[in-house]
Amino acid sequence: MGGIPTAASDFSPIASALVPTHDVLVIGAGLAGQRAALAAAEQGVSVGIISKVHPVRSHSNAAQGGINAALNPGDSWESHAYDTIKGSDYLGDQDAIEIMTREAPEEILHLEHLGVTFHRNAEGKLGTRAFGGASAARTYYVADITGQAIMHVLYEQLMKYSEQVARYEEWFSTALAIDENGECCGVVTRNVADGSMELFKAKAVILATGGNGQVWKPTTNALICTGDGIAMAYRVGAKLMDMEMIQYHPTTLAGKGFLITEGARGEGAHLLNAKGERFMETYAPNKMELASRDVVSRAEQTEINEGRGFPDGTVALDITVVPKKRVHEALREIVLVGRDFAGVDITREPIHIKPGNHYTMGGVKTDVDGRTDIPGLYSAGETACVSVHGGNRLGANSLLDTLIFGRRSGVDAASRAKRIEGSTPSKKVLEDEDAMIAEINSRAKGSGRRVSEIKLELGTTMDAKVAVFRDEAGIQEALEIVRRLKEETKTAYIDDHGSVFNQDLLGAIELGYMLDNAECTCIAALERKESRGAQYRTDFPERNDEEWLKHIDLEQTDDGPEISYSEVTITGWKPEARTY
Amino acid sequence: MADYTIKVRRFQPESGEGPYWEQFKVELEPSLSVLDALLQTKDREDGSLAVRCSCRAAICGSCGMKINGQSGLGCKTQIGEAQELAEKKMGAVGGSAERAVVVIEPMGNMPVIKDLVTDMESTHWAKIRRVTPWLLPHGAPPEREYIVEPESMLDITQPMACIQCGACVSSCLSMEADPGFIGPAALAKAYRFVGDPRDAETKERLHDLAEDPHGIYDCTHCFACVDACPKDVAPMDQIMRLRRRAGEEGIEDPNSGHDHEIAFVKIIEKKGTLDESLLLQESFAPGIKGKLKPSKRAIKEMLGSIPTAIRGIKTGKMRSLPKLIPGIHHKLPDGAQDDVKAIYKHAEEHNEEFNLYIKGEEDVEPEPDEPTDAILGDEAAAAAESESA
Repeated sequence: MGGIPTAASDFSPIASALVPTHDVLVIGAGLAGQRAALAAAEQGVSVGIISKVHPVRSHSNAAQGGINAALNPGDSWESHAYDTIKGSDYLGDQDAIEIMTREAPEEILHLEHLGVTFHRNAEGKLGTRAFGGASAARTYYVADITGQAIMHVLYEQLMKYSEQVARYEEWFSTALAIDENGECCGVVTRNVADGSMELFKAKAVILATGGNGQVWKPTTNALICTGDGIAMAYRVGAKLMDMEMIQYHPTTLAGKGFLITEGARGEGAHLLNAKGERFMETYAPNKMELASRDVVSRAEQTEINEGRGFPDGTVALDITVVPKKRVHEALREIVLVGRDFAGVDITREPIHIKPGNHYTMGGVKTDVDGRTDIPGLYSAGETACVSVHGGNRLGANSLLDTLIFGRRSGVDAASRAKRIEGSTPSKKVLEDEDAMIAEINSRAKGSGRRVSEIKLELGTTMDAKVAVFRDEAGIQEALEIVRRLKEETKTAYIDDHGSVFNQDLLGAIELGYMLDNAECTCIAALERKESRGAQYRTDFPERNDEEWLKHIDLEQTDDGPEISYSEVTITGWKPEARTY
Repeated sequence: MADYTIKVRRFQPESGEGPYWEQFKVELEPSLSVLDALLQTKDREDGSLAVRCSCRAAICGSCGMKINGQSGLGCKTQIGEAQELAEKKMGAVGGSAERAVVVIEPMGNMPVIKDLVTDMESTHWAKIRRVTPWLLPHGAPPEREYIVEPESMLDITQPMACIQCGACVSSCLSMEADPGFIGPAALAKAYRFVGDPRDAETKERLHDLAEDPHGIYDCTHCFACVDACPKDVAPMDQIMRLRRRAGEEGIEDPNSGHDHEIAFVKIIEKKGTLDESLLLQESFAPGIKGKLKPSKRAIKEMLGSIPTAIRGIKTGKMRSLPKLIPGIHHKLPDGAQDDVKAIYKHAEEHNEEFNLYIKGEEDVEPEPDEPTDAILGDEAAAAAESESA
């Protein structure tokens, strides 16, 4: 690796007096962001990575089950691609899916060579486990801490290459800078530690800030998943795509929304209703518990709605059928989650679960190299919509998406940086952000609602109206509430007016991001008058390829999101009926 | 729902005031967490209360703090349990349970930035970087994966389970005495590479960590980090593994800890109980060879321990003087010594190190209602097959 950053090479993440300039700036330091930064640095350009939390706090940690790749003898990328396409309910772009599944094995080996402690079989080779929606056991894993294990190894590499990649840890990004040619040339960021605002200059900016799960309550997502990158891109005119496609994970704890990995079902756990029936027999007789997530979530919700669930609005996940030794070795985290957060010993009794908000399939529209409609602006991971997940993401494909398209974005952004001169962002964008913050600070206590109140109303509304089952009246109602909340946010007040670690202020800015995300999801969900993947409209219960085998794109206007459509790329796999 | 009072150690750096205590009333289910209590306070009462948090599920490692004096994660400590502990503590000093409140403070051994937010960069991350925290393989990687023992990967997955929350650093007594101590988190991270068969610098790493005066021999074996760790990484165990590996590497332990351990094991194998008359000499000058030709260091250490022995006799700590005479130590009755030997034999035959992921209990505790493949789903059975294939 080569290349010297223009920022101080002996970098201290806390203080940075110099005006930060990098060839490539990555915003967000989960798996997609870290992979992008490392890939760009390998090309010999100077790289900065900015994250509102310390990188190892990023939500990629939460990916428990594993990462898919057709690497076993007898498996093929075509099979992986077909499963992904079928899982996406044919809304995934097949060119992108081909790239992801073809490049997957090499990426797994790369991670293994970097030091990821992947599970081994008896011969000492990489071993796999079964996962939902897959026709072969092709999920590579580290116990049930796969995301954490991979992310900590990538962070090891960031520490190793700290001369090439400057880390801005706990810097919160508020706006992108666009030059007079309409190209992205920087970002405005607030140093959380001291409240100073900085305008970063860059030849390419990669948004990798994760998804928007916090728009729903409850959610499996961390508090930091507030759709920042999606909203920032939208606000400067980038197109968003498939925003209606929000995954509800079949096994989350009631109340807090914590995740129980699909690995549990991969290891053989059963789903039972209150009568003790293995109800998946009715909904997916072949794949049973390992059908696609949208299918399993709908099955559970139907059982619950029709009175066959438990009084707390749940069904049961029975892990006691998995041998205990295997549970301790492969599902240890779930043993802890059961014990600490539900008071249940999962090796001895079933645990109550329900579908819960989990993943943003939609996001910033990109091509297979992470490029958005705005030159110089890239996106990767859950923030982006390439789209490889279409209407429904398969388990263990999200880590893969972050790494493959993180890497490709990093490489392409670096090549752009080598090619162009780059322009200096106008100070106006910094002044605007200073003014935005001053205005929030100027609101007197009691001038409106508390920010936290608005967040709560948003979350419960979206979970009630824009969830597993949707209809026009419900989505319309949610949209009206979201628009009212947007108005109320203009006068919402905060308590903290300081500079150091002002989380209250950051929360107010995040609320703005969340509301933009929510509005786009409502608009797209209203528009798609069919049922496909995660979008199930009770008023349009069938998939309608004739009219709706297309992406819904959204672009910001003064009157809200403007709708347009784009074709789904089909390379070889024709849409067919989807049964499991 | 229940009512609780939390008492938070606060520090607002821009106020010009020093740290102070503030109490808040919260209302929540006992099964919810201390972090939930703090978030409720932030949401409803005081948004300026600073606490790092993200996942709420003990995987991101953001919310390290001290609760009733114990380091851990706010999200993993239930408020009801914290209250019970507070009441017990209050009872122990004769106070009434009604006055007990849940006490929340920032982590120890770290400078405080604001309220519960500490500077982990200077105290935690700088030390992590100290141990060269990345894999150092030799040569180009293989075409496919490195072939390694499955157990070796499971072994280092235990330190890999570390989420870098800093709770162990916060609780570390050695670090309190020696702020330069590399510390439990960074040393656990170091074992993750030392134990990794893919790493080619094992020897160099061990020498580095052993020769640093703030390195592996700076740990006092107090278990505080083991208690604090929310992920059962047991940092002290990882430090002990490093010491053992260092011993195997022929690195001299300045505390003679490794030799001391071997002396314990050998004496009990031979006599069934600990013959203290032999312990010191076996630790410093093991075996006949050690006694015939004691090293300078052995002589120095033996002489150096005489004042301690005299103090022990004077203060009555050492009550049975004959015990100090070699050879007088009693033997085990009947055939009990054979039982001891059988235990040693069993341990040697089952020479595997248990950790988080490798459990020993399965052999002795088969589940009576263990499922058969017949009632497992076809898919899962097929998966299990391909797994074992």
